[in-house]
Amino acid sequence: MIDKFVPDVTAALAGIADGSVILLAGFANGMPETLMQGLVAQGAGDLTLVANSGGRDDGPVAELLKSGRVRKLVCSFVRGTSVAGRQFAAGKLALEIVPQGTLAERIRAAGAGVQAFYTPTGADTILAEGRETRVINGRNCLLEYPLMGDVALVDAWEADRWGNLTHRESARNFNPIMAMAARLTIVQTRHVVPLGDIPPANVHTPGVFVHRVVHIPA
Amino acid sequence: MTFKPLDRVGIAARIAQDIPEGWFVNLGIGIPTGVSDHVPLDREVIFHSENGVIGAGPAPDPDHVNPYLVNAGTQHITLRTGGSFVHHADSFAIARGGHLDLCVLGAFEVAENGDIANWAHSAHDPVRQVGGAMDLAIGAQRLWVAMEHITKGKGHSRIRRLCSYPLTAKGVVRRVYTDMAVLDVTPKGFVVRDMVPGLTRDELQARSEAELHWS
Repeated sequence: MIDKFVPDVTAALAGIADGSVILLAGFANGMPETLMQGLVAQGAGDLTLVANSGGRDDGPVAELLKSGRVRKLVCSFVRGTSVAGRQFAAGKLALEIVPQGTLAERIRAAGAGVQAFYTPTGADTILAEGRETRVINGRNCLLEYPLMGDVALVDAWEADRWGNLTHRESARNFNPIMAMAARLTIVQTRHVVPLGDIPPANVHTPGVFVHRVVHIPA
Repeated sequence: MTFKPLDRVGIAARIAQDIPEGWFVNLGIGIPTGVSDHVPLDREVIFHSENGVIGAGPAPDPDHVNPYLVNAGTQHITLRTGGSFVHHADSFAIARGGHLDLCVLGAFEVAENGDIANWAHSAHDPVRQVGGAMDLAIGAQRLWVAMEHITKGKGHSRIRRLCSYPLTAKGVVRRVYTDMAVLDVTPKGFVVRDMVPGLTRDELQARSEAELHWS
């Protein structure tokens, strides 16, 4: 019997190694906050975080940064007045700024086995300095590589024991694509449902992309 | 001075006049966010929010907030009947794949060649807020910009021959709505299409670093 449920956050995060690339889903909502807090306690260091934004002064991304265990942040957006902004300004954090659509597409590419792609996004900007560009169909395009995670931390509304997931409204955001793009995909779910309860046409993230699920009620 | 510049809400309302029924539109953060408030609900315009919302509707009343439904500015919104949700890669496929009829962005500067600068003040700016702007700028069928004509402090013109700040994208802006005028970006440069009442051509040119054309 396939059963991806684990009893608690400690079991969910077991084995995450130093130096891991961690994909963190969420955009204002749909963040796996309990798993992210658990990662601070879990203790892995020298981490690379991949997230939409560098967060604010508090909240789960800021807590991870404050723990001193993050070497590099890959994101589309850093506020100057945030833990990430201050650590970057002080030279304590490596930062890779990626346009948000390129970030999503690099993650999707990793999950889909695409080895590289060209996009006009960012091609004529300082983000392209020193990088490979090429004119395709008359447009200047920038070469981008996939962004694979060692671990993805994902949020769900419902999950069954195969790891099939639903996500609420705009809480879907990066969750389905990050689930596809990591060697170990760990999910926190608000609700647990019996196998077969989610109508097959309504599964947002199929369980084949999911390795572990922990139930975190409200 | 006998003219009165539009306020930010006024710029948004002016833009809304020019959006026809049936368009699929993304609104950036800042002045553009307010545009949808001025499109009557019976004019069916579909608003996209790049966090995966197709058919974004007005803010909810405080008793009916859905905590799982926000726009790209992280404000609580509603969903129009007929709306839907997609994940982030599909949402940016909408932006990058040419599926938007229009995107309206805020900006620091726009140049007469259609260049836009809206994400950093210098190459070494510690504030790095590119977000989705580069994807939207290169992908939408039309890019319009909403911004004040001159900067608040020193009164520098944001209407430029060349942008002085790091670019968001090259040669993509089609039209600019400022607090003083509406300007099309054409092969010969900025062509003024509309001005606030009481403003003269000379006064507008004096507030524009680029040369303005009138037809």
